[in-house]
Amino acid sequence: MKILIKGGRLIDPASGLDRIGDLAIANGRIVGLGDVGEFSAERVIEAGGLVVAPGLVDLAARLREPGHEHEGMLESELAAAAAGGVTSLVCPPDTDPVLDEPGLVEMLKFRARKLSRCRLFPLGALTTHLSGESLTEMAELTEAGCIGFSQADQPIRDTLVLARALLYAATYDYTVWLRPLDAYLSGGVAASGAVATRLGLSGEPVTAETVALHTIFELMRSTGARVHLCRISSAAGVALVRAAKQEGLKVTADVSINSLHLSDVDIGYFNPAMRLNPPLRQGRDRDALRAGLADGTLDALVSDHMPVAPDEKNVPFAEATPGATGLELLLSLALRWGQDSGLSMAQSLGVVTAAPVRVLGSALGSLGASAGRLVEGGVADVCVFDPAASWAVTPERLSSQGKHTPFAYEISGFELPAQVRYTVVAGHMAFEAAAAR
Amino acid sequence: MLSKRNPQLNKHGELVHLLSIEGLPQAIIHQILDTAGTFLSVNDREVKKVPLLRGKSVFNLFFENSTRTRTTFEIAAKRLSADVLNLDIARSSTAKGETLLDTVANLSAMHADMFVVRHSESGAPYLIAQHCAPHVHVVNAGDGRHAHPTQGLLDMYTIRHFKKDFRNLTVAIVGDIVHSRVARSDIHALNILGVPEIRAVGPKTLVPGDLKDMGVRVCHDMAEGVRDADVIIMLRLQNERMSGAMLPSAGEFFKNFGLTPEKLALAKPDAIVMHPGPINRGVEIASTVADGAQSVILPQVTFGIAVRMAVMSILAGNEA
Repeated sequence: MKILIKGGRLIDPASGLDRIGDLAIANGRIVGLGDVGEFSAERVIEAGGLVVAPGLVDLAARLREPGHEHEGMLESELAAAAAGGVTSLVCPPDTDPVLDEPGLVEMLKFRARKLSRCRLFPLGALTTHLSGESLTEMAELTEAGCIGFSQADQPIRDTLVLARALLYAATYDYTVWLRPLDAYLSGGVAASGAVATRLGLSGEPVTAETVALHTIFELMRSTGARVHLCRISSAAGVALVRAAKQEGLKVTADVSINSLHLSDVDIGYFNPAMRLNPPLRQGRDRDALRAGLADGTLDALVSDHMPVAPDEKNVPFAEATPGATGLELLLSLALRWGQDSGLSMAQSLGVVTAAPVRVLGSALGSLGASAGRLVEGGVADVCVFDPAASWAVTPERLSSQGKHTPFAYEISGFELPAQVRYTVVAGHMAFEAAAAR
Repeated sequence: MLSKRNPQLNKHGELVHLLSIEGLPQAIIHQILDTAGTFLSVNDREVKKVPLLRGKSVFNLFFENSTRTRTTFEIAAKRLSADVLNLDIARSSTAKGETLLDTVANLSAMHADMFVVRHSESGAPYLIAQHCAPHVHVVNAGDGRHAHPTQGLLDMYTIRHFKKDFRNLTVAIVGDIVHSRVARSDIHALNILGVPEIRAVGPKTLVPGDLKDMGVRVCHDMAEGVRDADVIIMLRLQNERMSGAMLPSAGEFFKNFGLTPEKLALAKPDAIVMHPGPINRGVEIASTVADGAQSVILPQVTFGIAVRMAVMSILAGNEA
């Protein structure tokens, strides 16, 4: 299908392009950018007043498949991705069963491709069953489509296993995705601090993150492994990542929308929507995360999407399943952070487009040259949104089966900026807002 | 974020649930203590009953075992002429079986008027208060490490009874503060009532530094902690603190933080010694102190019934 998006504000964070112009799509590629001239399209979108940006790339979204097929989870969550302008996403391996065999990965990729809503990049399990004991067949899993290896939220207790996993992955220059979390210091349901102490909730200290970071960096020095750090949550963690980058370690890092905008004070009266992983830390941690994302210490912003059923949230705080819906909020919360920080729209969009693609690097293969960007001849993954519209997050507005989020209007009392109008994936229309039709 | 009204107060600022002492106005605390004073005489009468809760059903929902607290609530409710149902519900940590909210919905359908809730998870009574029928009142009888407000109130009653005025006192709370819902409720109450010096005393594993944000002075030395105190509140030490590497042994704890006659001598001569019970003799408190002239541990129990009667009668008189 040939699509012409006319008169929009074209923003490409990677090249710095920010101008009014047209974007022409044919055969899944961008064939004209800026001054397009004559182009006969089957579909013309008048984009006056709208922003035309690269499709978003989300480095952490759980689709709960395998495991929740009977609930149609993959369908709904990929629809949520498209509704959020997300055209590529990385899913961690903590599914049921765990993504530790090539067959499971192939099936997941196949099912996602059939839905053609969003490109799916699975992370394979670093150890079988994520048990932290033996290594998975990383080369086989890579052939099946894994773009890296991860323990999700289950830290490896045995440092020797972690060292060998990093060393083995380094053989092939695979990126190992680690959430820095010490197996013994973790386990609290809220961040250690005055709020957890006052509410009588078990605390997860900052040292759960920093001890793990020190271990990971030491092992990177000795193994030469490439590591992506998932969801840094503390000011001390940001400082350690900054130092590691200055030293020249091959490390990248991300932060979740929740940690970027909230703090432990938001737990209020035990609100289970605030039961998150990593836990919300103090205001000074949030401020350091915001600054770290702005100065590039933290590379990417992630939705940390986790659909949680109401029955898993309507329980006492500590018993609630951690996590929140996020795919449909990623764009709005990136822009809100940018507005709060006095950044340009291109800079705000960079942390959810070009920067995460740089994190993925060569694992994307030929896509790496143009995903997360607007490039003539590149893949047509595009997000068209109205920057002036705002919206209230309500359960009925979300396509995801996960309805819980700290940013729900009834909790936060504020609306979020920007509404996605169209999402194009590989030249197909993957999403059109109801009002846009 | 939206500013949320304290869920235990109605729009007129009246108490409709008792979930925590945190955020209660001083006037409500004094109202409860004054009301408890009038009920103390009921307890001394031949016929120990008043008809304030006649026709009302009080459900004791104990998701965590506690014979003692449940019994005092039961006595209090019966002296107010309420019908009392005791439900010991083994807490299931999984979503399998009946969920907490299903249980509450079922009991609401049986026309309960009041739930007295004990639960091992902090905040569980808030969840129940948010989801029960509007006419139902919830009393927190202890949730996780978070709060035990009726214990806090009976402690305040005891202090007021023996010391009259809160505004010139030094109160030391000694022991396992990090795991103690009693300590948290006492600290909130003492602050609201204007106690100028509240000390939290114990080793660093049991008395975290960020307690100072709750308005206490943190002391890691027993002598410093009890010196010139007017009130010493000893907390029960659970055995699992030793297995969790919080303490090496009960013996070492007693040596350093147990209340002995020698340590008590550092406090004011008329200092009172309190304990929420049950006491571990020789672990946190020496028998000679627990049974001594300065101990008010048994009066605490007596006052506890009057305070619980006061809480239940006040709640029953207020509408959501």
